Amino acid sequence: MTALLEIENLRVSFPTASGRVEVVKGLSLSLGRERLGIVGESGSGKSMTGRAILRLIRRPGRQQADRMVFDGIDLQARTERGMRQLRGARISMIMQDPKFSLNPVMTVGDQIAEALVTHERLPRRDVRARVIEMLHSVRIHDPERVMDLYPHEVSGGMGQRIMIAMMLIPRPDLLIADEPTSALDVSVQAQVLDLIDELVREKGMALILISHDLDLVARYCDRILVMHAGEVVGACAARDLHKASHPYTRGLLAAVPRMEETREELPVLDRSAWGGT
Amino acid sequence: MGWNMSVTAISLQNLDVSYGTTKVVQGVNIEVAEGESFALVGESGSGKSTILRAIAGLAPDWTGAISVLGAARGHQVDRDFATRCQMVFQDPYGSLHPRKTVDAVLSEPLLVHGFGNRSARVAEMLAAVGLDQRFRFRFPHQLSGGQRQRVAIARALMLEPKVMLLDEPTSALDVSVQAEILNLLKKLRRQQGLTYLMVTHNLPVVSFMCDRMAIMQKGRVVEIAPATALHDGSFTDPYSQSLYAASGGNPDRKDQP
Ligand SMILES: Nc1ncnc2c1ncn2[C@@H]1O[C@H](COP(=O)(O)OP(=O)(O)O)[C@@H](O)[C@H]1O
Ligand SMILES: Nc1ncnc2c1ncn2[C@@H]1O[C@H](COP(=O)(O)OP(=O)(O)O)[C@@H](O)[C@H]1O
Ligand SMILES: [Mg+2]
Ligand SMILES: [Mg+2]
Repeated sequence: MTALLEIENLRVSFPTASGRVEVVKGLSLSLGRERLGIVGESGSGKSMTGRAILRLIRRPGRQQADRMVFDGIDLQARTERGMRQLRGARISMIMQDPKFSLNPVMTVGDQIAEALVTHERLPRRDVRARVIEMLHSVRIHDPERVMDLYPHEVSGGMGQRIMIAMMLIPRPDLLIADEPTSALDVSVQAQVLDLIDELVREKGMALILISHDLDLVARYCDRILVMHAGEVVGACAARDLHKASHPYTRGLLAAVPRMEETREELPVLDRSAWGGT
Repeated sequence: MGWNMSVTAISLQNLDVSYGTTKVVQGVNIEVAEGESFALVGESGSGKSTILRAIAGLAPDWTGAISVLGAARGHQVDRDFATRCQMVFQDPYGSLHPRKTVDAVLSEPLLVHGFGNRSARVAEMLAAVGLDQRFRFRFPHQLSGGQRQRVAIARALMLEPKVMLLDEPTSALDVSVQAEILNLLKKLRRQQGLTYLMVTHNLPVVSFMCDRMAIMQKGRVVEIAPATALHDGSFTDPYSQSLYAASGGNPDRKDQP
């Protein structure tokens, strides 16, 4: 399998009172048309990794890699304009909070249509048909009504499905989903992830699923990277997550309550061993 | 767990709760025994927090009967109630005053209710919730999420209530910090003989923390089940079953042939 995305030695840093601090410290990965999960606790550098792939680290933050190639394209050599053409069209990102990412003064239908026409020239009638089809595929059953609504008029779960529709309508090759369901409750969470999963498989896309939830990532990915303090501390096939040998990964796994919980006390991480984050 | 089934800590009878003209909780009947840990689970918007708010006096528009430790709750503000029952919220950042130190936050309820020996009580409570004394004069923004939740729990316990209403107390925390807070809540319940009524969307947390649960949908309780139903998915209501399935069921049993 030739890699769709290759990253070598990615570093992201921010200035602080005591000098520049690296929040991603030399991350490398190679991704085919597969589903990769990135897990770790908050602050471990997951989102910064996702954003760096799209070159979305805002100043004064800085990103630098030895190599960052997407489908033969050197991402670091691209102009900002060239990056904008890639974003959305070939690499899409779903963020945690749909309310925050949707434009509040534009109807749902117009936003999805805009996501499509910025990347593809189409007659207006076809645009409308594609938007309706996309809303159907994210299980919105009355797309004609929903198209005319504004973001504040839809529930959290529907807002997230609209986000997904918007991100997938240009048919990207790589979808980066950063905690796509953390703002949703369990029943809706499973629906949204099943949906992403189905669309990813159907369209042969690659997926990077970023989450702090180990069980969730194990359910929806083929391969998993575990991050801690800006570094990848473990990598394994999703089905082997529960056999992971790295002590940090083992510590995280053990701390999660189980459906059949019989332990009187949950084991906690010894933070001192990990630099006290 | 050896709680005394003859004493009822929280009794809700035919409870309806409204906001304005919208009724969001309907016909809820729940009896929580003293010393029991009871969970409210269900999709968001199903009325879980509203039930806690009605008990705490924060959602005054209700009908039916609410009693806590045998005393009926009225609709008016009840100062004594705070000494029997306290609430902890999901987001400790939002519920702690940004300009008050930990010390001020913990001393305040003692002052209001005329308790003496305040400094010693604050020091004792910090130790009980596992916070080092060096955090005593810090402000909320100088604390991590887990530390803030410890402060919120400490504040709720200052008046030595017997009943605690916990609204998603660990939903905003990382798994390892969640484990610390859940252990703490479990230890405090054991040591102080507390009763918990806890809202959560996380079924494994119920398995660890609770004896029973009420599953809610659209303002109604569809089923009350023992926490052990989570082991094998033995729920009777279709909605409860779908919630269980959406949470991934019990993977430890699925693996077995
Ligand atoms: N603008 C910024 N300035 C300084 N540090 C930042 C900034 N943005 C993020 N960070 C730091 O980068 C680290 C990694 O953040 P992030 O990738 O968002 O973590 P995660 O997504 O794993 O929770 C965190 O410690 C965070 O505090
Ligand atoms: N202060 C309020 N005013 C009006 N409606 C509210 C208020 N708080 C909650 N609601 C509505 O009441 C219903 C139940 O909410 P809530 O008890 O918070 O649900 P849960 O805690 O189960 O997610 C929801 O439809 C919610 O939108
Ligand atoms: Mg993040
Ligand atoms: Mg709630």
